[in-house]
Amino acid sequence: MGRTSFDLVEPHIPSLRRYALVLLRQDEQRADDLVQDCLVRALSRWHLWRHPGNLRGWLFTILHNIYVNDVARAVARPDVVEIQDYFPSMAVPANQVHSIQLREVVKAIQGLSDPQRQTLLLVTMEGFSYDETAEITGVPIGTVMSRLSCARDKVREEVAGETKSRGRSAT
Amino acid sequence: MSNEITEPREDEIQALVDDRLDPARRAEIESWLLSNPDAAARVAGLRAQREAVEQAFSGLLDRPVPAQLQNIDALVSVQPSPVWRMAAMIALVVVGAAGGWFANDAINQSQVVATAFTQDAVRAHSLYVGEKRHAVEVNAQEEKHLVAWLSRRLQNELVAPDLSAQGYQLVGGRLLPASVTGPAAQFMYETGGGERITIYIEQDETGRGNDFEFTSYDGVSAFWWKDGPLAYVLIGKKDRDQLLALARATREQFTP
Repeated sequence: MGRTSFDLVEPHIPSLRRYALVLLRQDEQRADDLVQDCLVRALSRWHLWRHPGNLRGWLFTILHNIYVNDVARAVARPDVVEIQDYFPSMAVPANQVHSIQLREVVKAIQGLSDPQRQTLLLVTMEGFSYDETAEITGVPIGTVMSRLSCARDKVREEVAGETKSRGRSAT
Repeated sequence: MSNEITEPREDEIQALVDDRLDPARRAEIESWLLSNPDAAARVAGLRAQREAVEQAFSGLLDRPVPAQLQNIDALVSVQPSPVWRMAAMIALVVVGAAGGWFANDAINQSQVVATAFTQDAVRAHSLYVGEKRHAVEVNAQEEKHLVAWLSRRLQNELVAPDLSAQGYQLVGGRLLPASVTGPAAQFMYETGGGERITIYIEQDETGRGNDFEFTSYDGVSAFWWKDGPLAYVLIGKKDRDQLLALARATREQFTP
C-alpha cells in the first residue's frame, strides 16, 4: 500500500469508471462509490496481486464482485430505461454509425440481464479476451461464449424491431 | 455450396465478429459466409453492433476523474459509502433469510435469543465465512492497521484477540453496517484445517454488561455478551462448550 501501488492502479481508473457508469446506468455517484470501493479493496489487498499478473483484469474482478455481491441487489432494475437521460455526449452523432442506432444499441444493452450485459460490455467495450472475461465473471469460458452470443442476438433483434416500428410510424 | 469448409461453430462466429480468429480459419469462414447469406447478414449486423458499442461508450473515458478517486490517503482509510452500507445490509438480509434454523439438535429452542444484534452478526458470519478471496477486507498481515482502523470507527479500543491457544489464527477483519448503532467490526479466525469462526463487535449504548448468552440459528451457534460500551458475538459451527471456551478467551482479552 502506498504511492507505488496507487500509481500502478491510477491509469485504470477511467475504464473502471466507465464500466461502473454503464453498469449503474449512468448514476454517477453510485458509480464513483463502486470504483472507490474497488480501489480501496485493491490497495488493501495489494499483497494478493501477483506481479506480473494482469492488474487491469484483477481490478475488474474486484469491481465485478462488489457489484454482484453488494450493489446489484440494492439497485432495482428499472423497467423502462430512459435512454435520453444517459450519455448526453451521444447527442453529437458519431461518424460511421448513425446516432439513432447508437441510442438503440445502448438502450437494448441496458435491457439485457446483468450477466449478459456484463459479458457483452467486458468483451466489446473493454476489449477483454474471452478467457479474461471468464476469469472476471467467475464462470467457465463456455458460459461466456453463450452469454455473448445471446446478448448480441437480443440486441440485434431489439434494434431491428425498433427500426422497423419507427419506419412504420413514419409512413 | 462449398463442402470442404466445416460450418463454423457459434464461438467461432463470435470470435470472427471480435476479430479474434487466426487468419487461416478466418479466411475459411469468410468464404463459407459467401454461400450462406443468412449467416453473413447476421455477422454483418453483429459487426456493426460491435462498432456501435465501441463508439457509444468511448466518450465516457474522457470524463475527468473526481477528487473522490484521486486522494490515496482517503482511499485506504475510507469507510464504505452509505450506499454500500445500505446495499450490504440488504445483502445480509437476503443471505440470512436463506439459512435453516436449529441445525444442532442438542440446542434447546428456548435458548434462542434472536435479537437484531445477534442476527446481524450471524448474517455477516454466514456471508463471509465461505469466501475464499474476499473473506476479509483487511488481512491479518496488516493486523495493526486493521485494529487501529476498526477501533477508530467504533470509537473504542479494540483488540484482535489471540486465540492461538485454542488453535485459531487471525485471518483478518472488516467493517460492517450495524442495524442499531454505527458500524460494526468483524474479526475472522481459522484453524489449520480451515474451520472458521467470527467475532462481531458493535457499540452498545445501554452500557450494561451481561453474562454469556447462547443462541443458535442459520446452522451456526453463537455466544453473545456486553461489556461497557461494546457488545460482542462469537459465532461458529461448534458445540456449546468449545464455543464458550473461545468466548471466554476473547472476553478476557478485551477486558483485562
